[in-house]
Amino acid sequence: MALLLYELTESFRIAFAQIRANKMRSVLTALGVIIGIVAVTLMGTAINGIDIGFERSLAMLGDDVLHVQKWPWFGAEDWWNYVNRPQVLPADAERLNRVIENTPNSLLETAVPVCARGASVKFGENQVGGVFVQGTTSDYARLMTADFEDGRLFNETESIAGRQVCVLGKDVADALFPTSSPIDQTVTIQGQPFQVIGVLAKQGSFLGLFSFDTQAIMPLNAFRKYFGVRRNTELQVKVKDKLQLAAANDELIGAMRRVRAQLPGERDNFTINQQQAFKAQLDPVKSGIALAGLFITGLSLFVGAIGIMNITFVSVKERTKEIGTRKALGARRRTILLQFLIEAVSICLIGGAVGLTLTYATCLALQHAMPALPVEFSVGLVFVSMAVSVLTGIVSGFAPAWGASRLDPVVALRYE
Amino acid sequence: MTPPPAPAATAARPIRPAGSLVIEIEDVSKLYKMGSEIIHALRGVSLEIRRNEYLAIMGPSGSGKSTLMNMLGCLDTPTSGRYDFNGKNVAHMSDDELAGIRNREIGFVFQTFNLLPRSDALRNVELPLIYAGMAPHARHERAMQALANVGLADRVHHRPNELSGGQRQRVAIARALVNNPSIILADEPTGNLDSKTGTEIMELFEQLYEQGQTIIVVTHEEDIARHARRVVRLRDGLIESDGAVF
Repeated sequence: MALLLYELTESFRIAFAQIRANKMRSVLTALGVIIGIVAVTLMGTAINGIDIGFERSLAMLGDDVLHVQKWPWFGAEDWWNYVNRPQVLPADAERLNRVIENTPNSLLETAVPVCARGASVKFGENQVGGVFVQGTTSDYARLMTADFEDGRLFNETESIAGRQVCVLGKDVADALFPTSSPIDQTVTIQGQPFQVIGVLAKQGSFLGLFSFDTQAIMPLNAFRKYFGVRRNTELQVKVKDKLQLAAANDELIGAMRRVRAQLPGERDNFTINQQQAFKAQLDPVKSGIALAGLFITGLSLFVGAIGIMNITFVSVKERTKEIGTRKALGARRRTILLQFLIEAVSICLIGGAVGLTLTYATCLALQHAMPALPVEFSVGLVFVSMAVSVLTGIVSGFAPAWGASRLDPVVALRYE
Repeated sequence: MTPPPAPAATAARPIRPAGSLVIEIEDVSKLYKMGSEIIHALRGVSLEIRRNEYLAIMGPSGSGKSTLMNMLGCLDTPTSGRYDFNGKNVAHMSDDELAGIRNREIGFVFQTFNLLPRSDALRNVELPLIYAGMAPHARHERAMQALANVGLADRVHHRPNELSGGQRQRVAIARALVNNPSIILADEPTGNLDSKTGTEIMELFEQLYEQGQTIIVVTHEEDIARHARRVVRLRDGLIESDGAVF
């Protein structure tokens, strides 16, 4: 056991002396491994980042909310099936809530109607276009994920009366009121005056596409009065336990069919959307990145491995006489095998470490340059890439090391 | 009365009584295939070497001298015949068993020194001890002692290219001695040295012999062979003569 330990330490000494003596050669050899490790770790980081960013975004949408809508979010292939469906209307929400109340042990908490459109919001000289204006009821407070920076949501009275009050997203508030407080000020939305009663805290954007900070929320009755009653509404239904989302989804389908008075055997004339749909959209992207990454990684590691095999063959050839001497002094086959194997593994490990450092630096730079980008460097990557490096070293170094260990000492000693 | 400090190659040299049998070779032959040709490097050689002998093996090139040396050094195994080393038959040992014998029982001294160029003298001398599985501290001490014994106590951290030829061969001799081997096997030990340095190395061998070492020198130079107490001459794969030096 001790012998093996001494052999190992000796092998590492030899390996590092060898690498130091042949710096340029070692660097060039390690290049393939470096590229491979950079590819594998960057890919890991990207997938990680997508996952994290996605979770964050989903949390913004509210991961315990089901959306009853006319159209599915993704994949509405048989267009005719959907286009003839009845609109989802605020009245559906009231009926649905009645069904929920009459269901014992319902998994659903409440349904809130939400209408939305784009509009511009003005205050004095300042104007913000493309604001996502939503009309909803005071029950919206029960499924909101955003916090208030200032002020409050409209109450039930204001909601029923359709009072012209609104809550602004952070970016809208900042753009219209760069210096003063927006609370109790009156802004103009599509030509109509609304009193600001609240400002939401900063939330960031959904998947980096849609910003939750450029929104405005107003009572549904006010929204319908100025922006039309025939607009598509969606019902946002909060579930009691997000771990039972699937069961809640089934209950909601049944409840909606009762609301719509659909006959058995009839197709649902509504769609229940949930964030899982986004996940399903994302999976092909993720596996695409993984596939491309694996391909690049595999290719560069393959090239790297061949380079290392080649250089180890050269190293064995160069040091044939040394191998003979070592054998004459009592080195066993295992000793020689280990020596060259460890040399190959060391080059790979150094390549792996350099690759990791490059990836880490890239991540830091990206985080610095684009804070919104969810780039996360994980410890697991370090282990994965080190394992990959060691494996590459063993695979590529084995053949030459094996050859070295089987050299006939007489022949090796005579080699010039 | 102490013997006079005898210069090498005079009749007045002390001859130490030979001890127990170290090497016993009986009817050993070795065949090589070179393409379609079969070469009989050794054609039935028998030889006994005892502890504390000082033996020279001589012969022109092609005489089988190198083959015999490789055989004696357990670097090679005979095609047929018996080879006992310290009573153990090594003729059919595996590579790793032979490596163990080489490590513990044989100290090699090469014509080209064969030191590891990037390691200092100390590391070079420690090498056999590493392969013997000795702990770092102990082998460090042993190697220092071995270098001191060949007069290189002040050169332990020099690399081979910082040493003269004679010093390099001394490092090699220290390396050969460090594991207390049964025999020292020197292959043309002065072949790459000038005559003065060569003489110094042969004096060192003389000292080692007087301290009780068993030494086998393979050479083609009569001058070098004359330092030994017994000369074995080979020709065409056979022992031509075997006798004491006068």
